[in-house]
Amino acid sequence: MTTLLIALCGGAGAVSRFALDAEVRHRVRGSFPVGTFVINVLGSFLLGVLTGAATHHAGWLSPTAKAGLGTGFCGGFTTFSTASVETTRLWLTTGKTEGGRYAVATVAISLLAAFLGLALGTALS
Amino acid sequence: MALTSTRRHTTTRHAHRNPFLLGTVFVGGACGTAIRSLLEDAFSRPTGSWPWITFAINVIGAFVLGFLLEALVRSGEDSGGRRLARLGVGTGLLGGFTTYSTFMVETTKLPWPVAVGYAVTSVVVGALAAWAGIRAARSVTLRGGENA
Repeated sequence: MTTLLIALCGGAGAVSRFALDAEVRHRVRGSFPVGTFVINVLGSFLLGVLTGAATHHAGWLSPTAKAGLGTGFCGGFTTFSTASVETTRLWLTTGKTEGGRYAVATVAISLLAAFLGLALGTALS
Repeated sequence: MALTSTRRHTTTRHAHRNPFLLGTVFVGGACGTAIRSLLEDAFSRPTGSWPWITFAINVIGAFVLGFLLEALVRSGEDSGGRRLARLGVGTGLLGGFTTYSTFMVETTKLPWPVAVGYAVTSVVVGALAAWAGIRAARSVTLRGGENA
């Protein structure tokens, strides 16, 4: 049952990513993949909040809800494969600096977002 | 506001508002996420140790996506079956299979020298895997072209 819930939430996450990325692409010009960047930062923050909230057993987030929203939605929403392919494409087309900058910016800001999310989730639980 | 121009808009720039294409991404994303979840459960690792499963999932997903997108671009225009494959398998399945959020939250739980090593290794090996996938697709399509 939990796997089905995770699958459905993962599908919803993937659709949200698809829609948000397309909307961002319409508004922001340039080679930097802003859509995927924003998605991975937001998703890392949200999973941080959920993980922090689920750490304490008396927390408001049940393990099932954590699995659906965390493993399912956040996992389906964020994407490592697209980030890697975009890094490589930037590297191949616009030069090493652009690709490296994108990869470093994504990992650094997403990590910061995950830390902030964890702190917020822990404080809320 | 000619009807044809609105239609063209819907089919190309507004693919994310087409229910059929959204459904394709949904099904792919659901499958990819379920496979990742089952693998994480089957090979669960104690918190604080190198997250091999997420690492393997992400690197394999980066290779396959690099291969898929390059092969699709080289085989023709982004429409019909090729677009369905890109959205269902690429955006949906591989996007749902791989994960940046779990990668990041796992990193926060590692002792810091390991965390730095895990983050840097994942990003570098992921990019190299995507590059290898692109190269593999190029060699396969080139060979296909010679035979044709």
